Amino acid sequence: MCTTCGCSGGARPLLTNTATGKTSRLEVAHIEAPIGVAQRVPRPRAGVRSTAAPTADLQHLERDLLAHNNTIAARIRDWLRARNILALNLVSSPGAGKTTLLERTLRHLRDLGDSTAVSVVEGDQETRFDAERIRATGCPSVQVNTGTGCHLEASMLAGALEELMPAPGSLLMIENVGNLVCPALFDLGEHAKVAILSVTEGEDKPLKYPHMFRAASLMILNKIDLLPYVDFDVETCLGFARRVNPDIAVVQVSARTGAGLPDWYAWLQAQQSALPA
Amino acid sequence: MHELSLVRSIVQTCSEYAGGAPVRRITLEVGALSCVMAEALQFCFAAVSDGTPLAGAELEILRRPGYSRCRDCGADIELQSLLDVCACGSANMSPPQGGDQLRIQSMEIEEAL
Repeated sequence: MCTTCGCSGGARPLLTNTATGKTSRLEVAHIEAPIGVAQRVPRPRAGVRSTAAPTADLQHLERDLLAHNNTIAARIRDWLRARNILALNLVSSPGAGKTTLLERTLRHLRDLGDSTAVSVVEGDQETRFDAERIRATGCPSVQVNTGTGCHLEASMLAGALEELMPAPGSLLMIENVGNLVCPALFDLGEHAKVAILSVTEGEDKPLKYPHMFRAASLMILNKIDLLPYVDFDVETCLGFARRVNPDIAVVQVSARTGAGLPDWYAWLQAQQSALPA
Repeated sequence: MHELSLVRSIVQTCSEYAGGAPVRRITLEVGALSCVMAEALQFCFAAVSDGTPLAGAELEILRRPGYSRCRDCGADIELQSLLDVCACGSANMSPPQGGDQLRIQSMEIEEAL
């Protein structure tokens, strides 16, 4: 069971290597797993037992509810850093255009002669549709199917990385499960979260889902080719985003027409250049 | 509703820790800027703890604020929400610090007689 969202289901996430078709079940250690009874502080026993009302014994636990995930995320971050891999966690609601943006970006990098320098982890509850689209671009990818899970957790990414083994110095794109709530709470060890918001969703989303836009380093405003057809005020949206995250960078693109994409590629390039060599 | 599962995690962790002894009180630290509602935690706790050593225990929630600084007037600001603005009216503030705690701080176990 997902311990954070309450979504249930006994099945463990399924990992598929899209190059080989090999599938396996991911071992996911849930944060609710037994937390080491050995760590329990022995409770001191009074020499003389009182016959009065039971007394209380105060135990200091100081236990972070997300400690398990964050420990794995920190290990992943170290692993990526040691290999000079730039990992980005793409988050959005379903249908915002993550996969289309990713396909276009991968083709752009491939056309630059850089196709081996990027790999993809696809997160979805079910189906390999997105991974098939990514595979068609020629980039190595693995699909994580979370079953009923509504977000990727660090342990899932750890399993995916073992299968994918991204090359040193490469770019790793992690397409999270479409959901503007839960993925905000789960560090995957990524370099940055990139939130994709499409103009068809409404300009109020950064205020309605402030945690996600706070957690993101970049907001990609997508589907700007549709602006003439929808009631969406770009300046209002950007104001809302900066209210929850004054430092958020913004690019405005249409992954379909290609408008604005050079700004996104420039941001990517800047992130890669900023990595310690 | 991620609070339900957080409560399940709390109940499981504390039950194991208590080793079957009845638990009187659990103290949580919940950051005001974490995406977790204290009211939802309380609502779920009664239901989830039923039939466990935590049944009837008090769930004390210490709400921890976040902190920021106004980039216009320089004032230090205590944040109870990501949407808070400075008293000067500016929403141009440095990224919030703290306020993201999700911790079981302590619990009180009934001593066996």
